[in-house]
Amino acid sequence: MSAGEDAGALRSLWRRMRAGELRMLPIVVALLVIWVVFGIANPTFWTAENLVNLSLQSVSTGVIALGVVLVLLVGQIDLSVGSVSGLAAAIVAVGSVQWGWPLALGVVVAVVVGMAVGLVYGIACTRLGLPSFVLTLAGLLVLAGVQWRVLGTDGSVNLPFGSWLVRFSQSWFVPAAVAWVAVVVVVLVVAGVALLERRRRVLVDLPAESLGRIAARCALLAVVLALVVGYLGRARGVGVSVVFFLALVVVADVLLRRTRWGRSMRAVGGSRRAALLAGVPVRRTLVSAFVACSALAAVGGVLAAGRLAAANQGTGGGDVFLTAIAAAVIGGTSLFGGRGSAWSAVLGVLVIQSIANGLTLLDLDSAARSIVTGVVLALAVSIDTLVRGRRET
Amino acid sequence: MTSVLTLAGVSKSFGAARALVDVDLEVHPHEVVAVVGDNGAGKSTLAAMLAGVHQPDSGAVLVDGEPVRLASPATARQRGIAAVFQELALCDNLDVVENLFLGHELEAGPFLDEVAMERQAWELLDQLAARVPSVRMPVSALSGGQRRTVAIARALLGDPRVVVLDEPTAALGIRQTAQVLTLVERLRSRGHSVVLISHSTADVQAVADRIVVLRLGRVNGVFDADAATSEDLLAAITGAAPAAPRTRRPGAAPVEGGPR
Ligand SMILES: Nc1ncnc2c1ncn2[C@@H]1O[C@H](COP(=O)(O)OP(=O)(O)OP(=O)(O)O)[C@@H](O)[C@H]1O
Ligand SMILES: [Mg+2]
Repeated sequence: MSAGEDAGALRSLWRRMRAGELRMLPIVVALLVIWVVFGIANPTFWTAENLVNLSLQSVSTGVIALGVVLVLLVGQIDLSVGSVSGLAAAIVAVGSVQWGWPLALGVVVAVVVGMAVGLVYGIACTRLGLPSFVLTLAGLLVLAGVQWRVLGTDGSVNLPFGSWLVRFSQSWFVPAAVAWVAVVVVVLVVAGVALLERRRRVLVDLPAESLGRIAARCALLAVVLALVVGYLGRARGVGVSVVFFLALVVVADVLLRRTRWGRSMRAVGGSRRAALLAGVPVRRTLVSAFVACSALAAVGGVLAAGRLAAANQGTGGGDVFLTAIAAAVIGGTSLFGGRGSAWSAVLGVLVIQSIANGLTLLDLDSAARSIVTGVVLALAVSIDTLVRGRRET
Repeated sequence: MTSVLTLAGVSKSFGAARALVDVDLEVHPHEVVAVVGDNGAGKSTLAAMLAGVHQPDSGAVLVDGEPVRLASPATARQRGIAAVFQELALCDNLDVVENLFLGHELEAGPFLDEVAMERQAWELLDQLAARVPSVRMPVSALSGGQRRTVAIARALLGDPRVVVLDEPTAALGIRQTAQVLTLVERLRSRGHSVVLISHSTADVQAVADRIVVLRLGRVNGVFDADAATSEDLLAAITGAAPAAPRTRRPGAAPVEGGPR
């Protein structure tokens, strides 16, 4: 009896994994393995101080990766997120330091510029039918050039250490008491939503999540959050910028799963023609994805400027866009469109930054980092293709 | 009798290909109109036009006798016309409920009302006597017949007055074909008008009230389903012989008549 139940449970686990509900599971396991391996190789990895650093390092790329998740969901790609972030960093730094703008104005202008770039992509993609791969590749080059022009001949502008942006990204941490209250509130909200939904479903005789499962889910969430807050609290704590990133992810997740816009995004990525025939505003959805992606890339750039307390020609350059795209895919968002979750930005960026951080602690150079990240990416794409292939045959 | 939906002298070309030429069609309330024709006769183009996917190059579309422009599938839906396309047009990555309500989701405040949607989905599928293992399954995991049921259910959702079904029995087994045909009859008894597109004369004769034959984009005969024989229909479809005398449109003689 119980053996049969077990087999049934396993089968349903596998089915749900393929159906996308539990697509995150392999990557969570991979992340734990990475942590254990690096922790054994060099115990420094596990110190609270190092993990605080790891979390702060993840924010900028994570925000950019969140934007990439959105364009991937609609079946498009944006290769220019690095350049957009670099341009945004340059605008904030040059605006506030050289042109005397208030910092907040610089941030707003940077994000608006990002949105404008996304709007151009969206319109060119939907009205002219240009493939986003080439379109955003062109954007990558053009915007990198603009970034250098904005930075001027010096090529580098430093932000004052006292500015709120630098403190926000480097040295502002959530006080322990507040963090613990937040943990309790989050768990209660999640439990409340689950219970409410369960009640509504039971009232109309629909299959509902069992109370045991809700309890288990909330307990797991509580344990994870408590571990994070408790362990990071042994060093500086949870950075305000980290909370900001997670808040963006939660908002994106709710929008994607619970609103008509999110449904349209997945539909357009799954089958553009079917979405169109069903009356989904396909063009508007595509444009919104590009705008949101570029805006998030700009926010990521602003955060990077804060973290470095500077903007230079290298900000957002090099492998930033590759890292962000890799993070989204490693986190479980499909390159083929229509499948993915906002949380893949968090998981993916944690994997990539953990690898980078761990290898640095082992005194391995960026060559090793690049190779390992590449291998992980290849594995992630294989999983993606495997899942997709099985579905379609 | 006033017709719900009328095509008056509608033509449509794709470049050099004349998919529809001067087509007239009337759909009355509570009526199953069948459109039959060979491959490439223009049936799917006709369906797409009724559904607002294509717009006519010339001629008019009338709803309740009033000329309308069906600029998009959404407009057609607002006018009470819903279509199930030959290739079904479902999103494989979405589950049954998500597909059913795609484009017109139910909302509670700013958020989707999943509970209401799931409930209505079950009700609708029950009404159609459809068997789907779970409405929370991605449609990619369903069988061909189940997918078709989902597509038909989706068309019925806004309670449209006219349902256009493009080849609903293609690639279905005997039992499932019978089910779809029963479904068509049920639609009529529920008060919908149905435009049933097919190239199976047997299916069409089983349920249709009137049969319109398309050949090379032109109407090549309109038959009363009770009176027409399979031979009449076949002749009109292939153009093997002049349209039978029972046709209501004697003028629509085939262009290049005569047996091959
Ligand atoms: N989008 C299009 N672009 C170009 N030509 C088209 C297009 N759609 C249809 N046609 C042409 O119009 C004609 C009618 O096509 P249609 O799909 O309406 O035929 P059908 O009767 O549905 O055939 P079947 O039984 O194979 O489904 C064909 O010659 C086809 O090549
Ligand atoms: Mg066809």
